[in-house]
Formats: sequence, C-alpha cells, structure tokens
Amino acid sequence: MHELHYTYGLIDEDSKREVRRALLKAVALPGHQVPFASRDLPIARGWGTGGLQITLALIAPEDVLKVIDQGDDESVNAVNLRRLIAQTTGVSLTAVTADATVIQTRHRIPEERLRADQILVLQVPMVDPLRWVEPNLERATVMHGEADYGRMWVYMYESVVRAGDLRIATQYPVIVADRYLMDTTPIPRWDVPKLHQADALFLFGAGREKRIYAVPPHTSVAPLEFEDVPFRVEYTPGQRCARCGCGDSFLTSHAVSDADGATRWVTTCSDTSFCAARQAVP
Amino acid sequence: MGYIAARGGTAAILNAEVLVEHYRSRGGTPPLTLDQIQHQLRHAVGRAMHEGALYAPHLAALAVKQAEGDSIEASFLLRAYRATLPRVMATLPAHGRLMQCARRISAAFRDIPGGQLLGPSTDYQIRLLRATLARESDDDIARIATLVEGFAATHADGGIGHFPKVVDHLRAHQMVVPVPTATDATEPFDITRQALQFPCPRSARLQALAQADTGSLLTYAYSSVRGYGDAHPTLAELRYGHLPIAVAHPVDGSAVWIGELEATECETVSKAHSVRAGDAAPRFHLGYGFTYGQGEVKAISMAILDSVLNQVRSGGLSGESGPAADEEFVLLHSDGIEASGFTAHYKLPHYVTFEADLQVLERAKRHAATNAGGRLGRALAAAFANAAADEEDGDA
Repeated sequence: MHELHYTYGLIDEDSKREVRRALLKAVALPGHQVPFASRDLPIARGWGTGGLQITLALIAPEDVLKVIDQGDDESVNAVNLRRLIAQTTGVSLTAVTADATVIQTRHRIPEERLRADQILVLQVPMVDPLRWVEPNLERATVMHGEADYGRMWVYMYESVVRAGDLRIATQYPVIVADRYLMDTTPIPRWDVPKLHQADALFLFGAGREKRIYAVPPHTSVAPLEFEDVPFRVEYTPGQRCARCGCGDSFLTSHAVSDADGATRWVTTCSDTSFCAARQAVP
Repeated sequence: MGYIAARGGTAAILNAEVLVEHYRSRGGTPPLTLDQIQHQLRHAVGRAMHEGALYAPHLAALAVKQAEGDSIEASFLLRAYRATLPRVMATLPAHGRLMQCARRISAAFRDIPGGQLLGPSTDYQIRLLRATLARESDDDIARIATLVEGFAATHADGGIGHFPKVVDHLRAHQMVVPVPTATDATEPFDITRQALQFPCPRSARLQALAQADTGSLLTYAYSSVRGYGDAHPTLAELRYGHLPIAVAHPVDGSAVWIGELEATECETVSKAHSVRAGDAAPRFHLGYGFTYGQGEVKAISMAILDSVLNQVRSGGLSGESGPAADEEFVLLHSDGIEASGFTAHYKLPHYVTFEADLQVLERAKRHAATNAGGRLGRALAAAFANAAADEEDGDA
C-alpha cells in the first residue's frame, strides 16, 4: 500500500471554502447559528473539531498560532491540536498571546485584551442555550427566528428562586447585538464581559453540532440578568494567584505537595502564559 | 513543591502512542496482514465501512488493525480519512434489483418469485463453540472450498444471481404507500456537505441511518417493536450480494459502470392499520435499510426506523410513539463516532468549568443555609412539589 498524502490544512479545499462561507454569514449575523456540514477530522467529536475546522479553513502560512485548553498552552488537548495543525500547515507557533494572529481555545478567553488583528477561535460543545428549555431543534429554530426567549427568562427566574442566584456556571447565555440569544461556550462568567465591544473577532465552531457563529468586533454582548439580580463574574475579594500575585484574573485550584509531603490547595491563574509573563517581570 | 495538575506535554502524548503500539504487538505473535483481516474478519471490516461511511475494504482492514478490533475506533479512522478526499461526483441511483445476490429471504411470503436463497448465514446454526477452529489448517480450508464447488454442481443455476424484488410485487398490487422516488437527475441530500436540519428530507435520514452505529440503531428499533412504539414490521425482503455502481458519463450522460459494492439491503412493511387516516385505499408503509458488507441486524433496524419515521411524517402512526418515532432524537444520537467522541471528551481537563461550578455550588449552599428564598421561594417550592405529586397520581 502506498503512503497516504494530505493536503495543506488537511481538509480538501472545497470543504475549507464552505467553512469560510459559513463564517462570512456568521459575521454578518452576529450570534446567529449558521449550519455547516462539518467534516470528520482525525480528532474525536467533542474534542475541538468545530474550532479546528475554522482554524484550518482560515489559517495562512504567514499566521502565528496559539492553542490553549483551560487557558493552558501545555494542556494535553492543546498540545495535540497544535501538533495536528503544525503538521498539516507548518505555521509558526507561539504561547505568547500578543504574538499570535490566530488563537484556538477551549473554555477560556485570554486575560490580555485582544487586538483588532487577532482572531479567537472558540471550541463549542453545546451551541444553543435554548437546549435547556427546548431540546427539539426544529422548535428551537423557530424560537430563535421569532426572538421568542420567554421560556429562557422563566428558566433564569426559577434558578434565582431556587438557588438565590442565576445558577449558571459556564456557557452563560447572552444576547448579541440586541437580537440573538447565544451560548458563550463553557467559558466562565469571568470571560463573558470580554466579548462585549471587543477589538478582536470571535469565531465559534461546533463540529458535532455542525454550527458556526460569531461575535464580530465592536458588537454588543449582554448577559441575561434581572434588574435586582445582576450578572456577576466569579470573583472573591482579596483573591490572589499563588504564582504571579495577580488579583484580577480567573483562578483555578491546584493541589500542591509541601516539602514534608502534606497536600494543600492553592489557586493560580488559569491563563498560564499571562501568569508566566507576569512572573517574568521583576 | 510540585503541581499535580495534569499538563501532559508533547513527550507524554508521543510516549502514549508508542505504548499503544507496544500493547498491540507485545504478545509476540506474527503481525496480522491486511488480507487476513479483510477476508477472515469480514464483519469487522464491513462494520468499519458502513459506520465509517466509506467503501474501501482494504483501508477498512487497515483501520481494524490499527484500532485493535475496536469497531467505533476503526470506523472513526475511516471517516476521518474520508474527510481528506474531495467529492468527485454522485453515482447514479443503485437499484437493489440489479444486485448479484448471494442471499435473499422474505418473511412475508413462503414462495417468492425467484425463490428463497439462504446463502451464507448463521441464522440456523447451533451456536456452539467449535473447538476444531482453534486448530484450523490449510487442508481444512481446501476441504471447505471443495464442498462449495459441490453446491454449484448440484444446483445448475449456482444459486447466485439476479432476483425480482418482493416489494415490486407489493407495489404492483397497490399494497404500499408510494415513497417519493428521486429521479436519476436528482442529487440526493448529502449530509457530508450540508448540516442535517429538521425537518430533513428522507434521503438525509437514510444517509444518517446508514452511517449510524449498529448498536444504537438496534436499540431504537428494538425499543419500538418491544413496547415503546408500535412498529410491528414484516420483513418483505433481505438481500445480500454485490451491487453494481454506475456514474453518468460527463459528456453524454449515459451510465458508465465503475464497479460493485458488497452490500445488504432490507425492506420492511408496517402493519396494516398504520394507514393514513381517511385514505381511501389502506396500504402498508415501507421501510428501507442498507449497509455495506453483510450488516443484517443494522439493515433490519434501519428499515424499521425508516418505516416508523415515514409513518410519523405522513401522520399515519397509530398507537404508542416512543423515542424511535422522534426523528431528531434518533438521528442526532445514533452516530457512533459523534456519540463516542463527545462522551469520551469528559476525559479532557475541565478545571475551568469545574471551578466555576464550585462557585455556583457555594452560592447555592449559602442560599439554602440562609433560606433566602423567602415567602415567594417557599410558595414556589410548594407549587413544584404539588405539581410533582399530581403527575404521580396521573401515572397511577
């Protein structure tokens, strides 16, 4: 059997063009879910195939790529996706957010404000916030078409009554450009305000669900909230990263072994390159 | 101090790949050849092809080898390979009546035009482990070949050939609901080029079912005949053999035969009372199933589901509907590659989402502790409890 050869960016050119057409439509209709066929990639469904198809369809040889997972450049899946993109395109790679032109991410938006010449590609597991109240796609599509989000408000209200707060940890629902209800992917609430009136372009790809959507630069992104129960980000007064000392970043917990073998928990920045840069500054 | 959090770098991933190769080969046995897999594990190869939705027996054998026999992994490898290929053109519709049948049976009629042909089937085998297979020799294989030559000598027609279709007979007697048939000029909906949206055309449904996981289709179809539905199918015909494939000549449009597929085709009819309400002429609903290779259980399951969904679309479904009658539910949850990929993704780190979850949990705990729900909250909780109690009463 002869050796198998693959094209630049792995997917055939017609398919990449189709992804780009869906992207253009998504940018033109902020927050609207655009169906696309979604090719099968050598990465499992649910592991970032939507984001990967966007990246492969967009990336040019002169681009500089950063891939993060949980904010971390060295997380297993980030390493693996970066390896596939590098193998099939040969683009330059970086961990430094400011140096990247295309950033593919799962579950986080980098802490540094992104610039107008940067594109953030988000991997999306669940495309539609309406899934919580209407799992049937045919009916949910009609609800989006009519901007009929009443049941979502009832869901939010019940969550306040039962839990005392909007009981949504990640993939917080937002209204984009005063029109479409949109899922923010499992980014924490901390990252949601970064989507609002940003300089950069945010592209969302859901491979298994076969949808693409976008938040173009300078677009209004408003989290669902009540006048008396406002949207709040995760923040504990006095919180600090154990490594860089940052007081206003998203932190995750880690178990640390002391010299005497005892385990204790510390919190550190989830965005590792942001944290490393702060540590490097004397 | 060391951070325990898993940040598997490139080295760990590369080592994991080597370890997989090692676990596959460490038994010290001779490497499996693709020819051996293709011919002696033909059901594994067939399943990789129909679930991977790519007809490529030799590549499927490679996928089975690489996946160490894991059927979903093998079909995943083939499906991913398919995505690197450009789509050249659609074939002309392949007519099952042109199949060179090695097997065709009908459960609807004892005598069918052309007769029943059992062919290669384990249906009536006593499923006892045959210890002699453990010591199979080249001589044994030669003996089998001699026996089969004997079959051909006693049956002048060789038992293999073309047969009329049972459903053609039903159609001729106006016994089945006509299914809109695409003309040769119509391109079918292609789910590899357009996202599945609902309501979807039947060609999209059939494609989705054809590449679905065998076990998933079996579960839905079984649920529909066992108690969560009212399918009651009759198997009009099941045939297995080689199906010739043609494309339209790019210049004059004439059919050009480009090869043949090993395939299984199944047609079921629904029970008679599932006819369209108010229809002057009561008829059966058809269901269609197709797989590469000899995937009989999947072909039958697919035909049952297609029939149920046809009945739903026409408004003719009677009795219990059940999950198998929900087209979105069936089509969106039966793709083995998508379902397994997403289920397995929970192995990925979820530090960020879990941290956010922890904060929500903390807030909810504080809320419960201070009973901050107040009068309205308690009233609402009581209302929910009453509603739940009413539902239980209703069930009883």
